[in-house]
Amino acid sequence: MSTAAPPVLTGPAGVEVRGLSVRLGGRPVLTDVGLSAPSGGWLAIIGPNGAGKSTLLKAIAGLIGRTGEVRVAGTPVDRLRHRQRARLIAYAPQSPALPPDMTVYEYALLGRTPYIPYLGRESALDKEVTESVLERLGLTGFASRPLGELSGGERQRVVLARALAQQAPVLLLDEPTTALDLGHQQQVLELIDRLRVTDRLTVVTTLHDLSLAGQYADSLVLLAGGRAVAAGPPGRVLTEPLLTRHFGAQIRVETGADGRPMVFLVRPEAQ
Amino acid sequence: MTTRSRSRPLLLVSAALVASLALGVTAGAAGIPPRGIALALLDLLPFVTVDSGLTPVEQGLLFELRVPRVLLVAMVGGLLAIAGAGYQGVFRNPLADPYLLGAAAGAGLTVTLAVVFTRGGGLTVPAAAFAGAVGGVLLSYTLGRTAGRGGGTATLILAGVAVSSFLTALQAFVQQLKVDELQRIYAWILGGVGGGWDQLRMIAPYAVLSSAVLLLHGRLLDVLSVGDEEATSLGLHAGRTRVAVLLAASLATASAVAVSGLIGFVGTVVPHAVRRLAGWSYRTVLPLSLLGGAAFLVLADLVARLALAPAELPIGVVTAFVGAPFFIAVLRATKREGV
Repeated sequence: MSTAAPPVLTGPAGVEVRGLSVRLGGRPVLTDVGLSAPSGGWLAIIGPNGAGKSTLLKAIAGLIGRTGEVRVAGTPVDRLRHRQRARLIAYAPQSPALPPDMTVYEYALLGRTPYIPYLGRESALDKEVTESVLERLGLTGFASRPLGELSGGERQRVVLARALAQQAPVLLLDEPTTALDLGHQQQVLELIDRLRVTDRLTVVTTLHDLSLAGQYADSLVLLAGGRAVAAGPPGRVLTEPLLTRHFGAQIRVETGADGRPMVFLVRPEAQ
Repeated sequence: MTTRSRSRPLLLVSAALVASLALGVTAGAAGIPPRGIALALLDLLPFVTVDSGLTPVEQGLLFELRVPRVLLVAMVGGLLAIAGAGYQGVFRNPLADPYLLGAAAGAGLTVTLAVVFTRGGGLTVPAAAFAGAVGGVLLSYTLGRTAGRGGGTATLILAGVAVSSFLTALQAFVQQLKVDELQRIYAWILGGVGGGWDQLRMIAPYAVLSSAVLLLHGRLLDVLSVGDEEATSLGLHAGRTRVAVLLAASLATASAVAVSGLIGFVGTVVPHAVRRLAGWSYRTVLPLSLLGGAAFLVLADLVARLALAPAELPIGVVTAFVGAPFFIAVLRATKREGV
C-alpha cells in the first residue's frame, strides 16, 4: 500500500528512485520504494528502527544489490562506471571507519579517489581541492591531526570534508548527527544546509530525530516495514496519526514559529 | 605527508639493507679477508679492474656460494615482508602473515606433491607453489569467516594457524608415504640455505612481478582501509582490488617458499616495524617492507650461520626467536587500538 505523494518539484541534478526493492538473505527489506529529491533540495528519510532507512541510502549509493531504478540528474546510475557514479554521488555511512593514524588531510584526500586513475596518484588539482575544502570547513588547523585524536563533532566535519572533496552534486548522509550532543547536532546540520545552498547540492539524509528532520528537510519520506508509507513536505508527513501508527509512540505535533512541525513525545497516562 | 618525512625512513632502511648485505657477504665461517672481498666486488664493476688478492678457491667460495646465498636470502626476506604487508591490507588485519594465513603451508604441501609425483620439472614447482599459497589463504579466510562473526582480527589468524597445521601435517604424511623421495624433498626444504644462482634465477621473474603489482597497489590499499562500502562509494572495485593484491601476495609467498622452506614471522615483524618508523600508509609500508625484510633476513641468516659455527641453525629458528615476542607486542597493540 504505497501512498507516496508525487514529487514537489524536479530539477536537473535531483535524485529519482522508482520501484526500488532490496532482499537481504532472501528476506525483503525494501519493497517498491519510490522517492524524489529535487536538485538543490534536502530530503530526509525517517522511520522506526529496522524500517530500512540505512539500507535505502546504501541502495541509492549502489553499495548493495537492488532492483528498480535510480536516476541522478536524469541518468540511470546503473549505466555508469563505478568511478563516474562516485563523481555524482557521495556517501557517508552512519559510523565511518576512521583509521586512527590517518591524518585529517589524508582522509579528506581519499574523496578524490574517483578522479585518480586506477594505478595513478593524486594530481596537484586533487590536493588543491582538498585543501580548499578543509579551509571552508574550518579544518585547516587540523590537517595534520590523526583521526584518532578528534572529538565527535570534529569527526563528523572531517567525514563531510571527505564527501565534499568528492565534488559530487548529490550527498547521501546516513544519520549525520549520531552520537553528537545538541549543540554539535545543530552545528553539523547548519553546515550541511549552508553547503547545500552555496554548492547547489542535493542532500538525502536519514534522520532519527523527527523535529530536526522537519526543521531542515524540504521533503520527507516515511519508511515503515520496508515501504514508503508517506512522502511530502514536513507538514504532510509529520502528523499525529501517521507517526502514532508507524512509530508506536504517543506523540503530539505542534507548529513551530517557522511554520514547521515540532514533534514531542507524550508520556502515557500512569495506569 | 611531506617528501622530507617520507624520504628519511627510506634512506634509513636502504642504508640498513646495504650494511646488512655487506655484513652478510663479508662475515662467514671460511674467513675470507674483508679487504679482498671488497676489492673483488669492486672488480665486478664495469671499467674497473683491481686485483683482489683472493685465491681461486676463495673467489669460488665468494661468488658461487656466499654472494648468491646472501642475495637469495635478501630476496626471500623482501618477498615475505611485502607479502605480509599486502595480506594485512587485504584483510585489514595487522597480524596477517604468509605463515599465519596458511599461504606458506599451502605452498609447502603442493610443492611436496609436485616434487613427489611429477619430478618437478619446468614450471611445475612454481605453479604448484602459487596454487598452494592461494588455496591456503582462501581456506583460512573461508574458515575464519564461518567460524566467528565479530571475532575480529584474531579469528582469521586462528583459522590460519589451524589450516597451516593441517596442511603441514598433510605434507609430513606425503613425505612419510614416499620415504624414498625424502632426500629430494629435504633438498628443496633446505634449499634456501644452500642457495645458488639457479634458484635465484628461478624465482627472480616471479619476485619482480609480484613485488611490482604489490607496490602499484599501495594507494588502493589505503582507500580500502576505510572499509569496503566507503571504498566502493569512492568508485573503487573493492573486490577486484582485493583479489589482485591477494594473488600478488600469494605469488610473492610462493616464490619465497619455493626456495626457502619454513621461515616465519618476517611478514608480521617487518611491516609492523616499518609502520612505527614511517606511518600507516601502504604507499610507504610496502616498499619499505620489501627493503627492510631483505635486510632483516640477511641479518637473521648471519646469526644462523655464526651462532653455532661451524654448525648452522635453520633461519626459521632465528626469525621465530625474534618474531614470536614481537608478534605478542603487535597483538597487544591491536587490542589497545581496538582494531
